[in-house]
Amino acid sequence: METLTTLILIFIGAALINNFVLHYFVGICPFLGVSRRVDTAFGMGCAVTFVISVAALLSWAFTYFILRPGAPLPAWVWEAAGGNPETQIDLSVLSYIIYIFVIASSVQFVEMYVRKFFPPLYKSFGVFLPLITTNCAILFACLEIMKHLQDPTKLWGLHEALTLAFGGGVGFTLAISLMAGIREDLDMCDVPKPLRGAGIALIVAGIMAMAFMGFTGVEQGVQTALGSLLK
Amino acid sequence: MAQDEPTALERFINGVLPENAVYRQLLGMCPTLAVTNGMKPAITMACATAFALICANIMISLIRGLLKPHLRILVFTLTIATFVTIADKLLAAYMYDMSKQLGPYVPLIIVNCVIISRCEICASKQGLRVAAADGIGMSLGFALGLASIATVREILGSGTWFGLHVMPGSWPAWGIMVLPPGAFLTLGLLLGAAEWVVRKRAERAKEGK
Repeated sequence: METLTTLILIFIGAALINNFVLHYFVGICPFLGVSRRVDTAFGMGCAVTFVISVAALLSWAFTYFILRPGAPLPAWVWEAAGGNPETQIDLSVLSYIIYIFVIASSVQFVEMYVRKFFPPLYKSFGVFLPLITTNCAILFACLEIMKHLQDPTKLWGLHEALTLAFGGGVGFTLAISLMAGIREDLDMCDVPKPLRGAGIALIVAGIMAMAFMGFTGVEQGVQTALGSLLK
Repeated sequence: MAQDEPTALERFINGVLPENAVYRQLLGMCPTLAVTNGMKPAITMACATAFALICANIMISLIRGLLKPHLRILVFTLTIATFVTIADKLLAAYMYDMSKQLGPYVPLIIVNCVIISRCEICASKQGLRVAAADGIGMSLGFALGLASIATVREILGSGTWFGLHVMPGSWPAWGIMVLPPGAFLTLGLLLGAAEWVVRKRAERAKEGK
């Protein structure tokens, strides 16, 4: 039951309390660029959630088996090649290059898969899919997962990594859809001329960020509630 | 070529103000918002970005004859990732506290659209000197953008500038300015101000004619 509580806390933390867009400022470019209409914004959010989960799965596997200090695969190769088994091999210097490679190729694969099996969906995604490669939210999720794989005493499992990535994707979808809803109504408003476009969007985002700050401390309450519920 | 490619000097000037990455192109928003709660992290971030941008521009310009169109974005990102890894390790070695404070935002330079867009627009088409000048100009403009936001946020948020007290002792530090909402509000209002200045100038130029 403890695992379930941890997973729920990770999910709420990534989606609401430390929302990727409004707390960590990752994924701002699509957040400002693709938030003019609710349906396209929601589509973008779903695409990001999907890619972020795939990328998290792959990068967790790479980090766990190859890149982290004391990972099994390089140690095995080192020993097979006749190296001293006492040496600890740390390949984390390669991690950024591997992650960006993983993200770029998973976007490519997702694009091919969606084009083959869901042509209408592919048409509605349009240019967003290749753009996801440069969405910082995905690299950020990979880096967060890497951070939790550095300490050998409390390594994150695959389920925790996936929950974090999925929660981040849901949080991104939530933020971008809310933003699009507000911006659709904003078109009817009399905004001062210099602020039109990105200026007012950023101010709205600031007010949304203030609202999301209200979630601070929610995790304590959730933890207590879950503790008494699952007992 | 029917159209003249911009010269090195034009590229340099272009990067600083007319095509300023932060105010005019709205690129590289993540670091712009995330590390500008003080001058020190903002300047460190600007230097790290400048290193990656200039090196990547030079490298891409040198290998531009070998680029294949469908693989170029991948080559760009891998080149940038290499230089960002170097910058990250240097920061961790010589400025450990700052590197801890910047945290994930240093590796996030890899996906900073400013660098990829410069590689695509300038470095993959023009020679070494032009690409280097373009990189320097762009990074200068980016640093100016970061510094202006950080100035507003640090002075209002904690009453200091580069850690020096500039506001009177009775200044009630606006905590909200160093928290995430302050970043959005400051950038939104500064963008509005920049747009207002550009409009005024355009109007005056029209009247002058």
